[in-house]
Order: sequence, then C-alpha cells, then structure tokens
Amino acid sequence: MSDDSKVAIAARAARELRPGEIVNLGIGIPNLIPGLLGPDTQIFLHTENGLLGVGPRPTDEELDPDLTDAAKRPVTALPGASYFDSAASFAMIRGGHVDVAVLGALQVSEQGDIANWAIPGKDVLGVGGAMDLVIGARRVIVTMTATSSTGEPKLVRECTYPLTARGAVDVVVTEHAVFRFQDRSPILVELLDGATVGDVESETPARFEVRLEG
Amino acid sequence: MTASGPISAEEAVRHVESGDTVMVGGFGLVGAPLTLIDALVAHSDATDLTIVSNNIGEPGRGLGKLLRQGRIKKGISSFFTSNPEAVAAVNSGEIEATLVPQGTFAEAIRAGGAGIGGFYTPVGAGTLLAEGKEERLIDGVPHVLEGPIRADVALVHAARADTLGNLWYRHTARNFNPLMATAATITIAEAGEIVPVGELDPESIATPHLYVDYLVASS
Repeated sequence: MSDDSKVAIAARAARELRPGEIVNLGIGIPNLIPGLLGPDTQIFLHTENGLLGVGPRPTDEELDPDLTDAAKRPVTALPGASYFDSAASFAMIRGGHVDVAVLGALQVSEQGDIANWAIPGKDVLGVGGAMDLVIGARRVIVTMTATSSTGEPKLVRECTYPLTARGAVDVVVTEHAVFRFQDRSPILVELLDGATVGDVESETPARFEVRLEG
Repeated sequence: MTASGPISAEEAVRHVESGDTVMVGGFGLVGAPLTLIDALVAHSDATDLTIVSNNIGEPGRGLGKLLRQGRIKKGISSFFTSNPEAVAAVNSGEIEATLVPQGTFAEAIRAGGAGIGGFYTPVGAGTLLAEGKEERLIDGVPHVLEGPIRADVALVHAARADTLGNLWYRHTARNFNPLMATAATITIAEAGEIVPVGELDPESIATPHLYVDYLVASS
C-alpha cells in the first residue's frame, strides 16, 4: 500500500467530517487527516488522553513534553482548547459527546462488527481506548485498505479476529470504495481511483448492496 | 489526609509493602511519577506488587525498571503493548495481566475513589474482555458490570503542589493522576514545584489536599 493511497483514503474520510464536529482520530491513516483539512474547517480534535482542541505538530521551540496525543506524539493546543482527566475524557466519549471516531481496522463484518485491537494468539494485551471509541462515538468511520498486507480481505462476512464491538461501524473508506452501513448492512455508495463494482466485489467477501451516489 | 510538607522519595516509598496493589499515574511516561518510581526501584525491596497503571512503562524506563527487577506480580492496564518486555513477561507467565478498556479503567478508578460499588458500561459487551462478567440489557443495549478499582498506595505526579498537598496538573500530564489520587489507602504525590500554601489559585486545584498523604519533590 503506497503512501499516496493512504493519503487518498484519509482525504476521502476527511470529506465525511462536517464543520463544528468533535472528532477523535486513531493512529495510522486517520492521523493524516489534520494535514488535509483546510485552515478554517471548524473541526475540533479530541484526544482521549485529555485534550479537546488538538493543534498541529509543534516546532522545536514549541515542543512540550507535557503535551501529546494518544499515540504519545507531541502536539500543540489551539486557542479554545481544554484539558481534562481520563475519566472525564471517556465520559465525553461514552456519553455521545464526541461526534466522530475515525480509526483503522483489521476486519469489518457485513453486520458492521469491527475488530481492530487484537490478532488471535499474538497480541491481546493492548486495547487502549478502541472499545470505548467505537461504542461511544456517534459516527464511526473506518479507514482501511481493502486487503491486509498479506492479501487477506478486510470487509468480511464474519470477523475472525477478536471483536472490538458489534454493529458499531457507520462508514468504511478503502482505496477503492466508500461503504455506508444502514440497518447494519453495507451499501457501496462510491467508487474511488477508477475501481469498478466488479473490482470491489472481487476483493470483498462481505455481501453489500450497490447504490452509487452522485 | 493532608500532607505535612515534603518528605524524601526514599522515605515515601517505605509505605509500599510486598504484596501491595500500587496505582501509578501517567499516560505512558507523560505525567508518570518518575521520581517515586526510581525511589521504589532503588530504595525499596517490596515485591509481588500488583501494578494498576495505563501502561507498564517502556523498556527500562518508568515502570519498565520495576518490571526488569521481577517485582511485579500482576498488571492491570489498558495497554501493555507499549512495553514489549511487559508483553513478553505476560506471555511467559512471569506476570499476570488484566486488560481493561481504557475508559472502563479510568471509570473503575474513579468509582473506587468515590465509594461506588460498580457500574454498567456498554464498552466491551460481547467481546473477549467481557468474559465472565455479568451482562444485562439497559434500554435494549448490552452492558457489562464492572467493579471499582482501589489500591493500597497511589503514586501520582503533579506539575505543582502546595505544602498541604493541593495539586495542580499541566496539559495532558493530568490523565489518570487525579483519579488515582482518590482511590488508594495511601496517596503519595510528587510535584515538579512545591509552593507555599495560598499560592495556588483555589479555582485551579484539581486534587484537593484531603486526598494526599505524602508529598515529594520531583528530582
């Protein structure tokens, strides 16, 4: 997967965000989104380690060890930002006060189930805020490549990896397609990068309806 | 209780005993009480510790030092993965691990400090992390019963304290520190700066001194 494709996925996901929304970004592709938003988009970034109003990466002079995002990378805080403790931060998430979570996934099922925290038999020791975010955020947008690095499809009939949550996914953006979930089933609404419906079908074991928009 | 002026880190960590459950603040190393951890590593022989912390430090840093000494019996965390040595220790059976979703972890500590006996959360329902836990439908949504988390000793970090033990945190170094300060029998706070009583703006004190038993200056 080239960096260009990742940027394209991030750019398409960014177009799902609306002015005024509170958005939490996961690591990986979602973290490309801030660089793709215009200067006055009025989108407020929340990070679960206790900051609403995440700004751009700091310059060397601005670097502050007490100011990081949830991936522990240095960030800045914008005017209007606020800090809070972890219980308050997750109360915001579970309480439905965060509008959108954009995050990666290992697998999404045709029921909208998501698996994004553990690979069976390998790593079941780090969940972080993944479960809270997919349950709590009002909209869950998954950015992922259509297939894994070993060529396994990721939008599947049933998740075989440990679940993060059931029926939580609203939108999936891959390098080839945008799917929206309605009543817990996926609808192909947009083709990207010259892909055809046949291309998407051949890389997608999940059953989906086709209702192309625009 | 109320702290009565700063004591040395070496003296403070004498309150940690073998077999204790110890809460340690910080998100990774951000906001972690590194002076107290170093004192625990250098001046205490307390072992068989259950550590409640979002992470088990990093390799050879923070709680990672205590892990290398083989003094951790069990970890209760949301993200062991930030220290591959902790993951290896769990996989080899050297330490036990309880993995908790981060929001549940925070809320369970809050509950522990607030006298709440548990709570139902939708987070984790239907997943591996809900196995063995009571589930019930609330407004048609599956919820999991989670208990409170408390500790014998909490080690927390603040940017600034007054000599009574009122604490002021800075930026994202706040994280779990104010929660953990409430949820242990003995709370030991270290602060980057210790000022006379009256110098902290009462409106900005996130941890009132009644939670803090001992105060130590960060080195």
